[in-house]
Amino acid sequence: MTGSTTKRDLASAIYNEVIPAGEPWVFEIKKGQTLRLVDLHGNQAVDTLFYNAHDYGDRYSAQDTIRRQKNIYLSTGSKLISTRGTVLLTITDDTCGRHDTLGGACANESNMVRYSIDKRFMHACRSSFLKGLLDWGRGMEKRDITSNINFFMNVPVTPEGRLTFEDGISEPGKYVELRAEIDVLCAISNCPQLNNPCNAYNPTPVQVLIWDAD
Amino acid sequence: MSDTPILWEETVPGGATWSHVLKRGTALRMTDAEGGANAGAIFYNFECPVERYNMPDTLKAQHIARLTAGFVLYSDMGRVLCSVTEDSVGWHDPLGGCSDAVLVAERYGRATYQDCRNNYHKNAMDGFLVELAKWGLGPRDLVANVNFFSRVTVGADGGMHFQSGNSKAGDFVELRAEMNVLVILNTCQHPLDPAPRYAPKPVHLAIRGVGPPGPDDPCRNSRPENGRGFILTERYFA
Repeated sequence: MTGSTTKRDLASAIYNEVIPAGEPWVFEIKKGQTLRLVDLHGNQAVDTLFYNAHDYGDRYSAQDTIRRQKNIYLSTGSKLISTRGTVLLTITDDTCGRHDTLGGACANESNMVRYSIDKRFMHACRSSFLKGLLDWGRGMEKRDITSNINFFMNVPVTPEGRLTFEDGISEPGKYVELRAEIDVLCAISNCPQLNNPCNAYNPTPVQVLIWDAD
Repeated sequence: MSDTPILWEETVPGGATWSHVLKRGTALRMTDAEGGANAGAIFYNFECPVERYNMPDTLKAQHIARLTAGFVLYSDMGRVLCSVTEDSVGWHDPLGGCSDAVLVAERYGRATYQDCRNNYHKNAMDGFLVELAKWGLGPRDLVANVNFFSRVTVGADGGMHFQSGNSKAGDFVELRAEMNVLVILNTCQHPLDPAPRYAPKPVHLAIRGVGPPGPDDPCRNSRPENGRGFILTERYFA
């Protein structure tokens, strides 16, 4: 794959699956395991939430994460911080270079505001998150959908305080790796958005691999 | 607008937490009493609190990373919780989040109630959580907050920079409630404020009736997205 600096043996992954476009994926990552997300076809936003697997009230916090690192972009070295200050995961490798955590996840309702009221019935991330979390059960519900990470998405902020959505900087085969620092639950919505360039107007599958601790 | 009579007013001391159900058609004016205040705030639909302020939806609907007059605060359900109708400051921070116990202890040192009585060191996270619990809400209801009166700029590399001196004594911002909005407000210092002393500042609050926005309302007309946001909000009450 172009752009890949693969150091890991793909055959040694304990999990290797493809999330089709527009589908949710919910899975537990154990402490020490490494999660790799691969942008198979390029410019595919992977909307992602993380929770402490033993306390879902302790979950990924976009504000605590960017405040701690004093930078709004996520890349290698970024520690993903929970609402209670727990380090959930660390980004250990990143061939894309920049990931967003301000743009949030699309929803039927936000699409109505952003694009047109008749967009209500288009498939959207927060419906995928709800489907994935409801299927996971264990009391998960809408209030567990908080500010997420958008892997492979480029949302710059200007010095004047404007938020812009730029064409992606990802390409086919680019990937990001995260090491779980505690047992975490990961919820992904492989973004179905067709109204803006976050998926290059063509949502595509992404690959998920997990390795046990080295 | 601001010439209608004040229904009631109150001063929140620095480091304190306050909450109130701001009724649709009323406005909350927050005034920085001494200069250098920070007012962290989270907003919920009082009738169904699982509908709450959504930072990303607010930013991306208006293509902003700051708040000032003409912008609105969106819920996660496509509705306008509050509009920023007046603002003498020009920049309020939606990015920086809130302080927690670890940050406050590391930056300002420990100061307990036993030693310092009501001057003990408070943090915004615990303030939010305790106040949320009074309304039956818990840690899973905690979401990204706004920091009124504070300014955080972002450089080309993504670096976040707190700008001191953003708000002066007497500066104010007014929020008009477009729904019945549970407001949770905390006056701890901004988590990125580099000032080494624990010195949170008071914020004066005044509530008045202002009525619903008309068709020529500047927040409604500031961009097409907000026009649709107001339509969806009005449909909720129709």
